[in-house]
Amino acid sequence: MNTPRNLGFSAVLMVLVVAVWEGGTRLLGVPAFILPPPSQIAIAMVRGMMSGVYERHLGVTLLGTGLGFLTGCVFAFVLGTAVAMSRRFDYFLYPYIVMFQAMPKVALAPLIVVWFGLGITSKVVSAALIAFFPLMVNTIVGLRSAEEDRINLMRSLGARPSQIFWMLRVPSALPFIMAGLEVALILALIGTIVAEFVGSEAGLGMLIQSMNFTMDVGGQFSILIVLAVVGLLLNRGILALRRRVLFWDPSVKTAAVVGPIKGEVA
Amino acid sequence: MSIGSAIEVAHLTKKYSAGRDTVLALDDIDFSVAEGEFVSIVGPSGCGKTTLLKILAGLLDTTSGKATLRGTPITGPRNDIGVVFQSPVLFPWRSVLDNVMLPVEVQHLDRAGHLQTARELLLLVGLRDFETRYPWELSGGMQQRVAIVRGLIHDPAMLLMDEPFGALDAMTRESMNLELQRIWLERRKTVLFITHSIPEAVFLADRVIVMTPRPGKLRLTEPIRIPRPRTLDAMTLPVFGEHVRQIRACFNSNSGIDG
Repeated sequence: MNTPRNLGFSAVLMVLVVAVWEGGTRLLGVPAFILPPPSQIAIAMVRGMMSGVYERHLGVTLLGTGLGFLTGCVFAFVLGTAVAMSRRFDYFLYPYIVMFQAMPKVALAPLIVVWFGLGITSKVVSAALIAFFPLMVNTIVGLRSAEEDRINLMRSLGARPSQIFWMLRVPSALPFIMAGLEVALILALIGTIVAEFVGSEAGLGMLIQSMNFTMDVGGQFSILIVLAVVGLLLNRGILALRRRVLFWDPSVKTAAVVGPIKGEVA
Repeated sequence: MSIGSAIEVAHLTKKYSAGRDTVLALDDIDFSVAEGEFVSIVGPSGCGKTTLLKILAGLLDTTSGKATLRGTPITGPRNDIGVVFQSPVLFPWRSVLDNVMLPVEVQHLDRAGHLQTARELLLLVGLRDFETRYPWELSGGMQQRVAIVRGLIHDPAMLLMDEPFGALDAMTRESMNLELQRIWLERRKTVLFITHSIPEAVFLADRVIVMTPRPGKLRLTEPIRIPRPRTLDAMTLPVFGEHVRQIRACFNSNSGIDG
């Protein structure tokens, strides 16, 4: 895909979109507080970066995201393992977990901020709550996906349940868990921003909120771009990890060896 | 009880209950396998072969009767049995060598000593250069050879094989039969080999036991009088044809197989 021709085409496309946007807003006289031209967004971006303001708030947001992601993962693995391995746990507790998931977490954010304050704790809680569910579901499905033949093989060797779990079930679950991590990391970022929106002392979400009061729409756009890039980089990081961990999985090795078959992807 | 027998199966019966019905899968099975003997059990699908194998592997309980291995009853999985299943059942996240070493890890055996054995066995099946490869880089026949090596690594008292070449194409299957005979002549393990192919059973075994379905019963024991090592040309010998005819006649008289 990364041929010089494709890269060139991609760059031309981007320049074209920016030019149309810039020209359109100027020619039609769109007010900057409705839709600022790209040049103004770029100026806001440079100003934010140079002053170190973005850097400081980005650091706060990333710390919340990272800690929330880790917390969510721990809960997802522990609860997911319990549900997958214990029929009783599945029967008695899983319905409550699902009911809790059905509540919109965004609506919970104000309560979370009241309970955990304006510091980092409320962000971590919010991020963890949003990130944990998809990862838990994938952990459950993954741990249950071990093939019967493989379980029989382990049993015929006299393997203990803990050996079957660590040597067979966990590796079998990895493709599912990696897919869950991919979703969970982006959701943790969203959860952090939501908490910052509702009430926080620092962070990019809080910065967007404060810019909204001063009608600094260019500034808001520039932060949205920062968030989009951060999301992309986080996702790339997970994908790189996935390629290392799942070198044996068809989803990774086929893509590496043959790529999409001609005509499969338009 | 015969002297020197590795496996003794006496009055073995297995019933499955499916709702209100009970299905008699194995009906009063009696046989024994001598130490170092290669015995094939041949029968059509659904005759209870796999049930019998799972009982011997300790994966299933019996309803009545018992099976003993070297004098001790089989009541559950034990560490002196090697099993080769219909599919290779290799773990894709483990290299060939690590797959072979799986029983050693599970049973906490001496790693260094068995590493030596693993390399010898891989050499024996012609896969010495593939030990760092992964199962998905190997052909079906090579994968099944890895599975056989894994079944032998912990030096089990018997090797149970459940239609191990059933999924391979006809030509690979023939070469795997030769390969297995070579391994067996080298190692002299007690082997119980389950198959639905009469020629395969005759080619490999010292003795063929015929099993018929509904309920699973043993009908005939046919000692094979073909000298070893047998080549594929042995299949064209009159004595080979005679063994096959005998076994097939047994099925036909029980109308276990059509045609």
